Amino acid sequence: MLELRNIVKIYNPGTITEMCIFQGFNLTVADGDFLAIVGSNGSGKTSLLNIICGSISVEGGEVLINGENITKMKEFKRYEKIGRVYQNPAMGSCPNLTLLENMSLADNKGKAFGLRKCINKARKDYYREQLSILGLGLEDKLEVKMGALSGGQRQAVALIMSTLTPIDFLILDEHTAALDPKTAEIIMELTDKVIKEKKLTAIMVTHNLRYAVDYGNRLIMMDKGQIVLEKAGAEKEATTVNDVLHIFTEISIECGN
Amino acid sequence: MNNFLDLLVGTVTQGLIYALLSYGVYITYRILDFPDLTVDGSFPLGAAVTAVLLTNGLDPYLTLPVAMLVGAAAGLITGLIHVKLGVRDLLAGIITMTGLFSINLQIAGSNMAIDRATDTIFTAAPTMALFGGMSLIYRKLIVSLILAIVFKLILDIYFNTKSGLLLRAVGDNSVLVTTLAKDKGSVKILGLVIANTLVALSGAVVCHEQRAFSSTMGTGQVVFGLATVIIGTTLFKNLGFVKGTTAVMVGSILYKACIQAAISLGLPANLLKLVTAVLFLVILVIGNRQKSGVNSNA
Repeated sequence: MLELRNIVKIYNPGTITEMCIFQGFNLTVADGDFLAIVGSNGSGKTSLLNIICGSISVEGGEVLINGENITKMKEFKRYEKIGRVYQNPAMGSCPNLTLLENMSLADNKGKAFGLRKCINKARKDYYREQLSILGLGLEDKLEVKMGALSGGQRQAVALIMSTLTPIDFLILDEHTAALDPKTAEIIMELTDKVIKEKKLTAIMVTHNLRYAVDYGNRLIMMDKGQIVLEKAGAEKEATTVNDVLHIFTEISIECGN
Repeated sequence: MNNFLDLLVGTVTQGLIYALLSYGVYITYRILDFPDLTVDGSFPLGAAVTAVLLTNGLDPYLTLPVAMLVGAAAGLITGLIHVKLGVRDLLAGIITMTGLFSINLQIAGSNMAIDRATDTIFTAAPTMALFGGMSLIYRKLIVSLILAIVFKLILDIYFNTKSGLLLRAVGDNSVLVTTLAKDKGSVKILGLVIANTLVALSGAVVCHEQRAFSSTMGTGQVVFGLATVIIGTTLFKNLGFVKGTTAVMVGSILYKACIQAAISLGLPANLLKLVTAVLFLVILVIGNRQKSGVNSNA
């Protein structure tokens, strides 16, 4: 379980550009939840993910994972339990390493990077099996450099890499936003499949309202650092894109966009 | 003709000894994407330590691991300044380099010559037992070749360990390393330590070879290292099977050959650094030309 308690986040405190994004923000994500977060630019979605992962510090409040306070924990330490897929497909893998080397890196997450050989041949079949989940034929491209693959392929691999070892949370940071509509669709379906198969707890930020409505068991909409809409379970099942769009538009008009 | 052959052997020997330095620069510049200026200080540091140890009668072979340890410490300092104190990569190297200049003077003074009677790795008994039948310049060649190849192989093996893979990953995509729950700062420090270990070793072997230390021998070594890395990797970039370390070794020999050719053609020694700088610029521009069109980050 993930809990955010009374989070206060101020950008550039004490300067003319000071901006308070969160003033006592609370959120709880239960085990097995697949939470979709929508909201306009600047509503605090990405800040929220960065606070969970420790990429940015907070001015107040606590972040807890399974009851353990991790507010002061360094970013890289938190990733022992968190997997993350970024908006930019280039962020999820190393372009100059082969697919096999990238998979080996991901497979060793949470273990020591010592002087043993980096490629364990016995694990190759496992990597192939994991990549075959994608249905993109990547299991036959283990020796290809990551940089030679398309953005969609790389994002698919990033998804597999981030979930290769056991994690408590999967963070999806607009992970379909940089892809063409068809590829985005494929990646989104794969994401859902992986989350269900590996029984992951996931938090997805997206600008695609349809994905937010169609996928996951919980939906929140954020505006100016606050949750302005929350739907869960059966209530979410009944929510349509139009319902969400309606509220979204209302907020946007208020803001003058 | 004999003169030419001697010159050739001497040049290749130089290239092989300096290849050790190039391996170090290859690690920082090419793998870590860290322009490490520590080299200008850690190279003479290795030589200074070696000069003092040799003069004080330490076994010549043992001077090499000692010089490497001292070089590792120099790399560690740059790494700590950069990672723990948050100083920019270029400046962190400049700070260490500047500090080392005084330290090198403290260790060995501004110049130090090693007595003719003192044995070096090229004249010590074990070397003579193996290669005693050769003349000195061939003995230098073979010992340098062994060193250059041994350390190349060690690096090649290391790059394919888990630790080596993580090192390559940091330069390629440091964000990924963080999401693998590894501290990218520690990995960078490790890379700087390994790199400067090799650079100091190179300085130590140069000291054995020249039987001398000079406080200014470090000047321009970064530029030399960068140039060899760029020459090597540009030359072999279409030959995927050639390892980076091999490419860099060839780059080092070629570079030394170019400089030697310039001197042989009558270039005044005072203009050497100017020629080096211009040559480096040309190599850099050609390297960039070849790179454009290929987005390394895409």
